[in-house]
Order: sequence, then structure tokens, then C-alpha cells
Amino acid sequence: MRNRQATQLIFELSRPGRRAARFPRPDVPQTEASALLPADALASAPPPLPEVTESDVIRHYVNLSTLNMSVDTHFYPLGSCTMKYNPKRHERWARLGGFGDVHPYQTESRLQGMLGILYEMQQMLGEIAGLPAVSLQPAAGAHGEMTALLVAAAYFRERGEKRTKVIFPASAHGTNPASAAIAGFDCIQLPPSANGFVDLDRLSEHLNDETAVFMITNPNTLGLFEKDIAEISRRLHEVGGLVYIDGANMNAILGITRPGDFGGDMMHYNVHKTFTGPHGAGGPGSGPIAVRDFLAPYLPGPIVVRNDSAASGKSVYSLADPEKSIGRVRSFFGNVGILLRGYFYLRTLGPDGVKQVSEQAVLNANYLLAKLIDVLNVPHGNRCMHEFVASAKSLVERRGISAMDLAKRLLDYGFHAPTVYFPLVVPEAVMIEPTETESRETLDAFAEAIHQIVEESPELLHQAPHSTFNSRPDDVSAARKPVLKWTAAGT
Amino acid sequence: MDPSQLKFAKTHEWVQVAEGVATVGISQFAAGQLSDLSYIELPEVGRQVSAGEDCGVIETVKAASDLYAPVSGEVVAVNSALEDDYDLLTSDPLGKGWVIRVRMSDPGELDALMDSNAYQAHCDSEAH
Amino acid sequence: MSYLFNTPEQQQAMLHVIGADTLDSLFDPIPERLRLTRPLDLPPALTEVELEADLSRRAALNVGVSRQISFFGGGVYDHFIPAAVDEVTSRGEYYTAYTPYQAEASQGSLQAFFEYQTLVCQLTGMDVANASLYEGGSSLVEAAMMAMRVTRREGKIVVLQSVHPEYRQTLSTYLTHLNCEIVEIPTPAGAVDVDRVRDAVDDRTACVIVEHPNFFGGLEAVSELADAAHARGALLVGSFDPLSLGLLKRPGDLGVDIATAEGQSLGIPMQYGGPFLGILACREEYMRKMPGRIIGSTIDRQGRNCFVLNLQAREQHIRREKATSNICTNQGLLALRATVYLTLMGPQGLREAAELCCTRAHYAAERLACVPGLKLASSTPFFKEFTLTCDGDVGELVEKAARAGFGLGPTLNRFPGQFDASLGSALLVAVTEKRTRDEIDRLADALSA
Repeated sequence: MRNRQATQLIFELSRPGRRAARFPRPDVPQTEASALLPADALASAPPPLPEVTESDVIRHYVNLSTLNMSVDTHFYPLGSCTMKYNPKRHERWARLGGFGDVHPYQTESRLQGMLGILYEMQQMLGEIAGLPAVSLQPAAGAHGEMTALLVAAAYFRERGEKRTKVIFPASAHGTNPASAAIAGFDCIQLPPSANGFVDLDRLSEHLNDETAVFMITNPNTLGLFEKDIAEISRRLHEVGGLVYIDGANMNAILGITRPGDFGGDMMHYNVHKTFTGPHGAGGPGSGPIAVRDFLAPYLPGPIVVRNDSAASGKSVYSLADPEKSIGRVRSFFGNVGILLRGYFYLRTLGPDGVKQVSEQAVLNANYLLAKLIDVLNVPHGNRCMHEFVASAKSLVERRGISAMDLAKRLLDYGFHAPTVYFPLVVPEAVMIEPTETESRETLDAFAEAIHQIVEESPELLHQAPHSTFNSRPDDVSAARKPVLKWTAAGT
Repeated sequence: MDPSQLKFAKTHEWVQVAEGVATVGISQFAAGQLSDLSYIELPEVGRQVSAGEDCGVIETVKAASDLYAPVSGEVVAVNSALEDDYDLLTSDPLGKGWVIRVRMSDPGELDALMDSNAYQAHCDSEAH
Repeated sequence: MSYLFNTPEQQQAMLHVIGADTLDSLFDPIPERLRLTRPLDLPPALTEVELEADLSRRAALNVGVSRQISFFGGGVYDHFIPAAVDEVTSRGEYYTAYTPYQAEASQGSLQAFFEYQTLVCQLTGMDVANASLYEGGSSLVEAAMMAMRVTRREGKIVVLQSVHPEYRQTLSTYLTHLNCEIVEIPTPAGAVDVDRVRDAVDDRTACVIVEHPNFFGGLEAVSELADAAHARGALLVGSFDPLSLGLLKRPGDLGVDIATAEGQSLGIPMQYGGPFLGILACREEYMRKMPGRIIGSTIDRQGRNCFVLNLQAREQHIRREKATSNICTNQGLLALRATVYLTLMGPQGLREAAELCCTRAHYAAERLACVPGLKLASSTPFFKEFTLTCDGDVGELVEKAARAGFGLGPTLNRFPGQFDASLGSALLVAVTEKRTRDEIDRLADALSA
């Protein structure tokens, strides 16, 4: 039922003379901008944007939206991404007058409500992390990683130490090495271990007075809690290094254990994952970082501070830059719209609810694992935290069905695909994260679909999906001859 | 091209030297690892490279590998035929799929490279 | 708990399938001594109705633009947002989807982002654009680092002091560890003297960075700066106000090599500074050096057009430490807002809005310069924003405006050490298409009183 006419490119719908937005004539004496600006600064014509009506725009983008799968419409077990339900109340509240419409350079006295909330958010994130000092500035997880590594670099510089190496396991997110490189460190990747955990001996081989930071996701990207994390941390600290916790998998451990308690010195959150900021088809995210007290002076500003007046009994909130701050990592103040949604979520959950999030997420993941282990090989054991990584390797060998085939066929069954081919250490990886916001019925239906798919004809699967408007795209020709924009025919 | 006439780097480039100019390409083994080539980035002619320096990129849709200069010197030619036909790199890596030519500044560096037997052993060990 | 999906009975049955006795036993892999043995110290849970009451009270403590008339500037503006922008972007199919890894199940977002890239090219006159970065400041920094890759020069970056102070601070944070000299060119006249830039650019220089209109609101001699940069093999990186392009020449027509912008003006609410939209576009030859996600058009197995994530071999999930950037997300939902906004505006709408901004800003400048104690800081031509210097206490002036219901600022003393000391009592005034002559008159009267 695709509306082919309305879902042409918006540029193909353009007709000269059509328009949507209209503005009044200038009401000031000089109505010609051309008389006010130097001629050589002025364009002869406005940019050649498409010319369409408002109803063209609405029908086009509403129809396009129906070509997406989303959390609102489908089970979306994309491993490592925590695609949980996004409460609608958050959307209403984020738009409230006083939240959605305040300017970043307003005077603080007219922002006390906002600053108070951001202050509380810093406190809550510090408490959940067990790392008391928080900066809300980073715009996404990768931005948080880089920011924390710059904090570490500033700390070492201040101490007169030349530490150049950042170490991470092979199962790390690609952002870890990329962030380390941008922050000016050399990268050391530990080889994959057989049991999925960090190999302490291998790690120790690389620890010395050049070691700056060990970056680790915990639970790791295989969905396993790094059982030796306290010892890892001890060894890092012994040589004067720091431990960075990639918080991508915080959904497994909220209120159960805390990065600061298991030896982390710094971490980032993904508010858009753990605290249900909507993923927005790729963003915005929000990646605040939490660090130990001795790193607090280096955090990027601004930070919200509270001053209690003994006289009035009132608290006043203001912005401040930490004493030896690394400086800004972006303009203005963090991705506030997403931070607010995270704040609304935490206030809705309370201490018990926050812990239940992780309990239910881990229950759902283990349940799905138990339902699938007879058809999908799970190389790293029959228990997991909030997600697990299966391997389609034996399916490939037995029936010629790849992880990609499985992923594409799931779309036909009305499920978004899991993450496939990540982490890189598992061949034909299928990484499944159901989240806590799915019912047993949904998990049963998903498991049933996979049971059916693995029995289907490999030929049918190689051609999947069959029910979407488009079949598999030709990625090779896309990359060989990149077409990155529309151009008018004949130009 | 007969592999026994070539020298190899651990990073899977081959070198053949004539009159102080090294022709560089990628080995059969490396070419065999590539499928769906999507882009080859070559250094500009005139660029000074040093042995072990990355001087180009070979991309497939899902992976990217660096091309490392096996010897130091000035890039005096690049194989522009590759830009029109990426598949030359995989179909004839030791011949029409050569990548760059470098006027060597230190011919002694050749001693650090492997002969074809040693390289074969290196590939066997990497495959495991 | 508000978002519990399985009943206690279901949970028991699920544990049975797992072969576990209790929920708690699922956490056995976490060593006992690492466990938190107390409840988290967080505020108590609230229901929807309770929390809404609390939040409404706290929102009311902030004076948003619904309760004051905004002349705020400094990179974030109270522009008009057509209703259709909210209508489209409120669809869960867009905002609750993620990165379009499965192209067949994400054609809606992918096509919208392809359209976004095209619209950015049309708007800027550049050849190619990515699918967005975090915000204007980090985009400018990404562009500078991209210029270093393109030119293979890491020695020097020349940046005008008229570039947004927070963008400049972000640049210096990112480049701390590089042996790269950042040379700031003073702009006491409100715009740069091109000769000073020409003198500063040398063979080690990766790029010159300009903002146009600049932080003070003034227009820069962009074409001449491009010539100055190119003469020494450096690139020109330019940050633009997208709305100004309804009137002003586009970066692509001015010799800019990499254009960036803060896209907040394109239908994005101010929300205390983020999330916003980082725009980045460049010349075709630098396409593969771009950071961030890029969407491409291709065909499927039936030969039908479709869209995919393209040129992924540049990105962190493949290239890891050698990626063009560590960025993983784009600002998808904000890029969608900008897309819908630009299609609603069209060429005529964009021009009309730009003309309103420009003509009303000039009227406002004239009126406010007549207020005793205030004068224009420079005679540099400007678009929608200008700088006033104040004889008295500039903080008091802002308070006076606020008491009369007007939002003014930022004052430049907000950015200590970033500008010439003579601007210590200066402030920015921005006039968008939403401000009327009447509002401007009332502001001038209030400040004169």
C-alpha cells in the first residue's frame, strides 16, 4: 500500500510557485533588505529549495514514516542499543513553557527551575554511578568517552606523568578506540579470550608506567558481567592508571552494583538508552560523565552548583566551571531535552523502580536466551545479564543461513532485527537485547519466529525480506559510486 | 609476475625493485581477503613516505585496510587504472593491480622484507 | 513500578523456564562484595499526575519566551516554528526508531536524511553534506580536524576572534594534545582585517575559521578570506547562520571549502541549549574525509530506488582508532525537523523570513542606538544581530529590560577573556522574524525610561 506518488523525493514533488510558509511584509520604514546590506554580500536569488504546499509536506513525511520500524510499532531487540519504551508523558513535559522555550543565555535568576532539575540530575547520576562528580555536557556516549579521556589526560599532565596508552578489549565498541585516538592516546587492543572475559594475564602484560586508561564496558558487549573487574581495577591502580567504564550496558545493573563500587574511576551514561531518551532515528543522544572526586576539578563546564542560604533557607542554583576544567566540549549546555526526559524517568521510577528496571531487563534477556538456546548457539554460556550474543556460525555451516539472513527474515515476521556482526569477536554474531519493557507474550512470539525461520528454506531466507517495500539494497554500488544528494534530471 | 622474484612486508605488500624504484602492490593472500571493493585511496605523486607509514586505504563495504609503504622514498607514480577498475587489485594483484611506485631513499630497507617463502610462512601463521 | 510488563505470576513462570529460583539469583555472576546493599538514594517514585504537578511548578520558575519577548542572540534564536514541524516529528515511527542499520525497515528515516543532505547542499551551495553532527560548536571543530586530514597539516589553525567564543573554546579543548598552534586574529572593528589573516596564514596552516555573520552579528569578507587561505594551500572553514542564506550569498559561492552551521534556527526549539543540529557540508573532493553518518541512494535487488548508510568504512565501528571521527549518533530527529522546516519555507518563505529579520533588526539598531547610554559597537554591516555598548552597568540594563518583559543578551562579560576588554560592557541583540515594530518600540521606550 505504499503511496508511491507521495513518497517520491520531496524535490520531485516541487512545482514552481507552490509554497507553504508565508510571512507578513516588513512593518518598518525600510522594507528592502537590499538597501541595508552591501551588494556583494547579497545572493541574487534565494537557495533553490523545493516548492511545495503544507499538505504535500505532511502527506510526504507521514507516508515515509510508515516505512520505518520503531519501538512504538514493533519489538526492537537491537543489542547494545537498549530500545525500551519511550513514555509519552516525557514528550509533553519536555515541551512545557519554561522547559522547551528557555534560552541558554538567560540570567540564572530566571532559570532556577531548570537549573534545579539539572542539579538534581547530576546528583542522581552520581548516586547511580557511585561516582560523585558529574558533567552533563557531552552530547552522546562517544562524546562522553572522549571528554572523560581528556579529563584523564589533564589529570596526568597536572601530575607530570607521561601516560600515552589506552587499553581496551577486542569486544569494545568502535567508539572506544576512536575516542582514545581523538583524545591523543595510542590504542592497545587486547586479543579476544576464549571465555569472553578480560584475560588478566594478557592485560597485565600491557600495564606499566605508560598506561593511562583501561576502557571496559561492564557488563561487557557479550552480556557478561566482568567477574574480575575489582582485580582489573586493582592492577590498573597499582601502575597508576585509571579505569573507564563504558556505560552502554547500565540497564543491567541499576541499583544492583555501581561502577564506582566495582573499581571504575570514570564512566559515561547513554541517557537515550538507559533512561529512555527516544532514539530519534539516530539521535539526539546524551552522554553525561561521572568521575571520582579527584577528577572533578578537570570536568568540562558548566556544572550546576547549589548555594544554600542559611538566612532564607532557600537554595539558589548557578553555573560554574570547575577549577582546572579541560574547557568546553560543546556550545551552550548539554543535550538538555534528553537530560530532562531522563530526569522525568528517574523521578517516575524512584529507587525501587530503578532497580526493577534492571531486574526485569535481566529476566527478559535470560528468558529469551532459554527459549532460543536450542536453535541458536550462544558461545558464552547459558546465562546472561541484560543481553546475549548468539552465533549463527553453525547455522551457516549446517544450512547456509547467515546472521544477515536471519535478521532480514525477522523483518517479515514483524520484528526489528537484533544487532548482527557485532561484537567482532563472535563469528556471525546475533546480539539480542529485549529490554524490560516487553511482555512475555512478545518474547514468546519472537522466539517462535526464530524457531520457524531456522527451518525455512535457505533460498527463501537469502532473498528476505519479502514483505518490505524494498528488498536488500546494493551496498557495493552505493559505496563505489556514491550518490549523496538528489540532482535535477539532466544536470 | 613470479612471487619468488618479489619481497614482502608483514603488512602484505609486495615490492619489486628496478633502477632504484620500488613497485608496490598487495599480495595474493591480501587480495584473497577482499571482496566487494568500494574505494581505493592512493597517495599523491610527489609525497614522501617512510617505511611502515600508511599511505593509502583499501575499502570494502564493511571493512577498511591501510596500505603501508614497505620502503621509504618519494611516490613517483600511482596506478591510475585502479581508480577506474577496483577489481584489478583482486584479479591481478601482482601485475596490473600494482598500486604505487616509490623512488627509494634507503635501499637497505629491502633487507628487512621477507622473501616469498618466509612470507608464505607468515601468512600460514596469521591464518591460525 | 510504572513500567512493569510481566505480572508476578509470569515472572515466576519465566524463572522456571530459565531454571532459576529467584530474580536475585540471576545476578549471581556479580560478586557479592561488589553489590549495593542499600537502596539507591533517589527521590521517591511519583505517578504521572503527581509528577506533572511538580514539573509544572518548576517550569513556571523559568521565564521562557512564552512569557517574555525575546531579543536573545548569541547563536540561539527565537525563530518561528511552523506547526507542521512538530506534527511530523511527533510521530513515533520517527522518534522511537534508531539508526537505520536495517535499511529495509528504515526507508522512512533514510529517505528523509537523504533529503536533508540535499537540502543542506541547496541551502549552502556546497557539493555534499553529512547526515548531521551534534551541534554548531563541535561541528566547527570536526571541520577543522577534517581540514587537517585534507591538507595533511597539523601545525596551525587561524581562527577569527569574531567566531562564537564557545566554539573557539571547544576547538581549543579538542586540540589540547595536538602540537597545533591556534592563532586568534583580533577583530576590534567587529569584523576582521583580511590583511592580518593573510599575514598569519603560512605553509603549516590547515585552515582559516570564520563565522559569517559573526558572533557580533557582522558580515565578514568571506571571499577574500578564502583567497587568503587558498594562497597558502589552507582551507577556509566557515560557520553560517542558515536563515541568513535567504538573503546572503551561500558559502559554496564564496569559496568556502567546508561549511558548518548551528541548525537551531531551522525549526528547533531553544530548550536551554540543546539538543541542536550540527550541519557540515563540503566540496565533493573532500567527501571521504567527512566525519559522521552519510546516507546514499542505491537500488535494491528488484532495481527499485532505496537508501542506505553509505561510506561506512570511514566510521568508528569499522575503522576504530583510524576513523574520521569518534561520532556514532547523528542528530536524526533534529535533522528531520530541519528537513520539514526547509521544505515548508521553500525559497520564498526563507527569503521573506530573512528580510523580516534583517529589516527589523536594522530598525531596532536605529531605535536602540538612540537610547541614552547605548550605541552600536561597530559600523560593520549586519544581518539580524548587532552589538551594543553600554555606558552604565550592562547587567542592570538587562534587568531593566527583563522587568519590562523583554529578554536581552548575552552580555559579553559572560565570556571572560574571550574578547577585547573594551567590549566588557557590550551586549548582543538579535531580532527574528517574530519580533514586530511595536515590540521594538516598546523595548526602546522601556530602556529609555
